[in-house]
Amino acid sequence: MADASLPATPVADDDVARRAVQRAYGVPVGAVLVGVALLAAVGLLSATSGAAGLPVGGVFAALFDWVPLLGAESSLSATQESILFEIRLPRLVLGMLVGGSLGMAGAAYQGVFRNPLADPYLLGVSAGAGFGAVLALGFGLDLGWGPFDTVPAAAFLGALVAVAASMAIARGGGTSPATLLLGGVAMAALFAAAQTYAIQQLDETRSREVLSWLFGQLNTSGWKQVWLLAPYTVVCGAALFVHRRHLDVLRVGDDEARSLGLDPARSRLLVIAAASLLTAAAVSVSGMIAFVGLVVPHIVRLLVSHSYRVIVPLSAVVGAAFLAFTDIGARTLLAPAELPVGVITAFVGAPFFALVLWRGRWSTA
Amino acid sequence: MSAAPSIIAAPPVRESLALSCRGVRVSYRTTEVVCGVDLELGIGEWLGVIGPNGAGKSTLLRSVAGLAEHLGTVALSDGRSPGAADVALVPQSPVLPAGMTVAEYVLLGRTAHLGWLARESRADREIASSVLHRLNLTAFADRLVSTLSGGEAQQVVVARALAQQCPVLLLDEPTSALDLGHQVSVLELVDDLRRSEGLSVLAAMHDLSAAARFADRLMLIDRGRIVAQGSPAEVLRADLLSAVYATPLTVQDIDGELVVLPAPRRQATRRRSHGR
Repeated sequence: MADASLPATPVADDDVARRAVQRAYGVPVGAVLVGVALLAAVGLLSATSGAAGLPVGGVFAALFDWVPLLGAESSLSATQESILFEIRLPRLVLGMLVGGSLGMAGAAYQGVFRNPLADPYLLGVSAGAGFGAVLALGFGLDLGWGPFDTVPAAAFLGALVAVAASMAIARGGGTSPATLLLGGVAMAALFAAAQTYAIQQLDETRSREVLSWLFGQLNTSGWKQVWLLAPYTVVCGAALFVHRRHLDVLRVGDDEARSLGLDPARSRLLVIAAASLLTAAAVSVSGMIAFVGLVVPHIVRLLVSHSYRVIVPLSAVVGAAFLAFTDIGARTLLAPAELPVGVITAFVGAPFFALVLWRGRWSTA
Repeated sequence: MSAAPSIIAAPPVRESLALSCRGVRVSYRTTEVVCGVDLELGIGEWLGVIGPNGAGKSTLLRSVAGLAEHLGTVALSDGRSPGAADVALVPQSPVLPAGMTVAEYVLLGRTAHLGWLARESRADREIASSVLHRLNLTAFADRLVSTLSGGEAQQVVVARALAQQCPVLLLDEPTSALDLGHQVSVLELVDDLRRSEGLSVLAAMHDLSAAARFADRLMLIDRGRIVAQGSPAEVLRADLLSAVYATPLTVQDIDGELVVLPAPRRQATRRRSHGR
């Protein structure tokens, strides 16, 4: 090798390498701060907007007062407080949980399948959940048990059945990403057809009920849905967070991943299981909310980094902010009527995504 | 080991082996691609595996790396079968993911050394940055791997393999996509590292002259079987190579370096001039 050692200081050179590795390893603090600030701003906006206007200062004071050991004199009336704590906040928190879950699950799916078009509904979660919900409503099944209502429980079970079927098919074919993807497409088609057929057999009121659930919305009755979803978000989210570096290793392909010391099939199975469970839980409480899981990881990728160690956690933050923000529109635009939030996610998300795509191409050219 | 027609050349210090294979067989469906290969790789040795396309060179390397299911044994000196912390593979056509920086790519080499939470420790990061520094890749560290030229990319792949800190380096035709200058510089890089780090190198090589120059010992395989092994001078014989590669080849000694060339063929030139 032509090792023409220049008299340049080797120490400085070494430092350059160290800093580059640090950048590759570390989390971009600026981007995380921006994301968290965005989330907080959206939260405040959401808490104060709606039919009953709540003053910003009052909301702040009430929140401080709510935190144990912190005391603050709340200026809100009793009605206002109950609006804040029983209506606004549960819905806001649910929106953040669902959005964060879908964002993370979408990032995980895109990593595992090495496919930018992958979204959390890829393996038939949505169709399975829909079919389960329709069956339960149509046949008047009572799956309610303890805190679980019939529709969420049935949707959850349906989603898991569909994903399990997709994975069983792929296992027969060697668990390559392509087989898994195609198995998912087959299952999704099958369950979607079954769901359509079942809806057609329902009477009008019930089919309306199913359809409004399918469109996706964040209807809450107190904190119940939040408590249903939160354990999944925490446990599955932690599992995905721990595996975010595996997703980076998988980017070089199964063969090289194995030669680097990763078992690709095992990692993929684990990540898909966690992401699917997370998606099934989110779908069961909120219905099908389009676009968040597909687009949020891409926005993070285009604006911040292609590395999954950044994409996975930031997709949770950005997904939470995005869904909470669009839900403000869903509540207020046609008040007192509600728009399905899935409609707004697409209306807001698609143009924004197009802009980011267009700018990304433009600036790297 | 079957009696090979060889006096083992080059590093005579072979009291310890880095790796040995016994009766390695690999089949794809009903076709056997590697049919019982024995090999021994000494510590610090460069063993070149040569042979025509489809001879089973890559498959042999893949089974040593644990990527191909095989019969027979592949064992380290302590008897364990090698894992990703023992052998590092430089693949023939590495995947260079979009949007991944050189530093991120080299850090992937630490995968086998990470704990349960898959976070690189300070030591892992230190190893990655010293590898970048040592291979003069500092200026590239923030570049995207997808924007590198062929020669630069191959150096980065070698850097990732070095970051794995394995005593054995497997090269699968590492220079097949490179021009002459970059071929030599990548192979010289590996050779330097072998000497400075005491690495053992097992390399599938398609360029026979380069194999003669860099390898201590060559193993010629054809249709999955060892045809000859020994020092480059013993293996690179015109009659043997012409038969195995099914084309007339000559071996010339230019200033003490063996060079393998296609034998001049009058017929071919005549046919071409007829066509014009």
